[in-house]
Amino acid sequence: MAFREQDLDALMYEYPAKVKRNRKKHILVRDTSQQKQEIEANTRTIPGIITNRGCAFAGCKGVVLGPLKDMVHIVHGPVGCGYYSWLTRRNKARTDEGGKNFIEYCVTTDMQESDIVFGGEKKLAQLIDEVVETLKPNAISVSATCPVGLIGDDINAVSKAAQQKHHIPVLSFSCEGYRGVSQSAGHHIANNGLMEHVIGDSDSEEAPGKYAINMLGEYNIGGDSWEIERILEEIGYTLVSVMTGNSSYEELREAHTAELNLVQCHRSINYIAEMLEKKYGTPWLKVNFIGIESTVESLRDMALYFDDPALTQKTEEVIARELARVEPVMEQYKKICNDKTAFCFVGGSRGHHYQKLFKELGIETILAGYEFAHRDDYEGREVIPDIKMDADNRNIPEIKVEKDERRFRLKIPPERMEELKDKIPLSNYPGMIPDMKDGHIVVDDLNHFETEEFIRILKPDIFASGIKDKYVVQKMGIPSKQLHSYDYSGPYAGFNGAIRFAKDVADGFTTPTWNFINPPWQNEPLLSGTVEEGEHTC
Amino acid sequence: MLNHTPKEIQERKGGVINPAKTCQPIGAMYAALGIHNCLPHSHGSQGCCSYHRMHLTRHFRDPVMASTSSFTEGASVFGGGANVKASVRNVFSIYNPDVMAIHTTCLTETIGDDIPSFIAAAEVPEGKTVIHANTPSYVGSHITGFSNMTKAMVGYLAEATDDSKKEQANVIPGFVNPGDMREIKRIMKLMEVPFIMFPDTSGVVDSPMTGEFSMFPKGGTTVEQLRDTGNSKITLALGEFAANDAAVLLDRKCKVPAKILRTPIGIKATDEFLMALRSTFAKEIPYELEEERGQLVDIITDTHFHFHGKKVAIFGDPDIVIALTEFVMSLGMVPVHVLTGTPGKSFERQVKAMLLAAGVEGNVKAAGDLFLLHQWLKNEPVDLLIGNTYGKYIARAEDIPLMRVGFPILDRSVHSYLPIVGYKGALRLIEMISNTLLERQDRDAEDEDFELVM
Repeated sequence: MAFREQDLDALMYEYPAKVKRNRKKHILVRDTSQQKQEIEANTRTIPGIITNRGCAFAGCKGVVLGPLKDMVHIVHGPVGCGYYSWLTRRNKARTDEGGKNFIEYCVTTDMQESDIVFGGEKKLAQLIDEVVETLKPNAISVSATCPVGLIGDDINAVSKAAQQKHHIPVLSFSCEGYRGVSQSAGHHIANNGLMEHVIGDSDSEEAPGKYAINMLGEYNIGGDSWEIERILEEIGYTLVSVMTGNSSYEELREAHTAELNLVQCHRSINYIAEMLEKKYGTPWLKVNFIGIESTVESLRDMALYFDDPALTQKTEEVIARELARVEPVMEQYKKICNDKTAFCFVGGSRGHHYQKLFKELGIETILAGYEFAHRDDYEGREVIPDIKMDADNRNIPEIKVEKDERRFRLKIPPERMEELKDKIPLSNYPGMIPDMKDGHIVVDDLNHFETEEFIRILKPDIFASGIKDKYVVQKMGIPSKQLHSYDYSGPYAGFNGAIRFAKDVADGFTTPTWNFINPPWQNEPLLSGTVEEGEHTC
Repeated sequence: MLNHTPKEIQERKGGVINPAKTCQPIGAMYAALGIHNCLPHSHGSQGCCSYHRMHLTRHFRDPVMASTSSFTEGASVFGGGANVKASVRNVFSIYNPDVMAIHTTCLTETIGDDIPSFIAAAEVPEGKTVIHANTPSYVGSHITGFSNMTKAMVGYLAEATDDSKKEQANVIPGFVNPGDMREIKRIMKLMEVPFIMFPDTSGVVDSPMTGEFSMFPKGGTTVEQLRDTGNSKITLALGEFAANDAAVLLDRKCKVPAKILRTPIGIKATDEFLMALRSTFAKEIPYELEEERGQLVDIITDTHFHFHGKKVAIFGDPDIVIALTEFVMSLGMVPVHVLTGTPGKSFERQVKAMLLAAGVEGNVKAAGDLFLLHQWLKNEPVDLLIGNTYGKYIARAEDIPLMRVGFPILDRSVHSYLPIVGYKGALRLIEMISNTLLERQDRDAEDEDFELVM
């Protein structure tokens, strides 16, 4: 059904006036007849609205830093923050031969009342000493939580002193949960720290192989990045680093040697992508390895960038072989999924990425949105100069990087760069909205009330979201698919991922459970009998 | 798996590695869900609220609703009064609960937000209730948070309206699953003792599939019941750590005497629970319960050789661990490592006394962590590990069978629907213990030692 602007007013009837004014700016109905559709995003959450958002700590430690496996990530705070970010995001990590892997560990200062009163710096220093002695990591990160900023613990000074004492890198991140308005602030804070202290911190000047690339904003959820690596390596690319799925401190130090940076999750890593271009002259390419068509398109864009006939030929060979293998498998699932509709509301990138994969299965995404993306993720990077900085985001540090005179090298000539920009998303991301159709809805920071209302009005066949929504939606008799944790399945990226996703979605539609929701007695009268035809006996 | 954990134990003071506890607000949120038509509210930055909802959701596989004040940096510096007032207005006009139960986080406790004065200044609609508990994350654990919110129910709502007390019992079940709460209620009904259980999450976090989502499911203790707790004859607090404080406050505020019992896990603790009811209300134990007890003893006798003398390590929340330790000892098992992440001297005192009485030498620790437990296990292995899902990493590393009991269990289903309390729950525990041990025996047996009948 077509959804119109006036339907929004009806939907928001229950809202207090102030809430209504606010929320209207975060929801739009796609209308291609309008030149430009603007959405408000990355603003503070309305108190009491039941948001799905998390905090800056989750964005920094939970998302970006946590996957770095040879580091111990110390959480300076009371026990909860470390505990909840312990093994709950499925950023898989395999222990390298002779390498270190601390993914299974949760290390926290477990601040007590006395630490709040007298400060927790000593305890933090003590914990770093103990970690170095017992766990012997290659590097340590220290992440701040809400009370740390308030009581004035100087985690930078403690980390610096510890680094001098132990001769291993100890990086500090001021990612207190109240910073910014969502996880997004944490991404930015983590990006700054990794750029300043890790990336380029090695003596290597040359990449370890041909067609050297970094994969940025890929966290190896359910093995996604391993599937992408399988494809890239077969074509002949050399993967210098992944940020940060199954990656390590040691790997990230080499990232400056790559010829091209691939950006999967724009929101969480575009800061580093930009800074790498400025500092080392390495362009970035927006890729999308979710969905067969998107994967093929991304591989061809990469081949175009490197412009080497051998590489292009190998690319096409791999594509042809993979397509021949996976397309027949997809067919069986398309039959089940065809002509269905989806809602797709995920963090800061998947809300867009999965729409094409759904489309390949014959599922139309009629509502999509992000928890914490910014306007550029919705509208495309060209709006960046127009984005107004508000009071809530002003305190997140912007770092300036300079051209590294010794290492800066234009990877391709400027004319060619311009030429390529017309053909492929080189150092550019056009955003989610251009890919959506008329009448489809874009919602920023979707809350519980709107979730229920939109489901009631639009009756989607499947809702792709997270764990907090999952059982709400299922209770309504609608299949739900977690697109953060993949419902403990995966990979969903690349060719194998597309099949896996298709199977999981089809299983969600066809599971017999949906037939059992209504008990048989609900539509049957308690007493039943037949009216006998009158047989006159007398 | 956990390859960096050394066998050699060194004293650590800088914090914890692999905690055996989490922070207060999640316990408060869980307790608040045990009030009918209540929306828990987290006064802090929104990350806490999301984490707590996610974690409870993963354990129960059911929706867990809660709102948050969504602090920004400004509010963190200048106070969160405006945030909580906006929250109250928005929550009641958009979601319309009967009760809003506010808890705090380390953020709002550190800045010293004065919740009662904020509530007084907020627009609470006629007939609606707002209660609050202070739940600083840097004190105690999630069990402390549960205790504090349960205490707040008494502080805000309990009233003694009559001088004489009704022939009814208050039951505070402690931090247990809805399956346990249902079992305790079943026992109360069999005993024919009128009762008010609070909080009661049965029917809330184990709600049925009907094709419709209900934001406030059928379950939960009503506000009227919570008020009426002040008129009861006795409060049975099941579990010292989770239930004691509310019961004591109820005694002080409304003169309802408190009886602190163990979580009724196993024969002895269940016996004590029934005996308390019997003596308070002069009610004989019905045959049905006697039969259940007899069945339990019968099974233990029949199968004692499955578990007798087996070494076991137990970790988790203090009330559950104390009761479980006693139960496995009554089966003839030997608890050599017993640990909780929740601080509290009484835990060590109680467990050590039990071990001493049985002549068992074991490691006992409150405010411990799973890193230490793992090291203990490297030094003295056991036949069975009992604890929550986090134990699976240790179990795999050391090749010890794991039996999942407690909170959270994130990798198996059904557990929260069925009880571990009462005689019925004890029977279930024995089945779990035996199955776990016998599966292992089957797995490890040589072909010629593989048994048909065991």
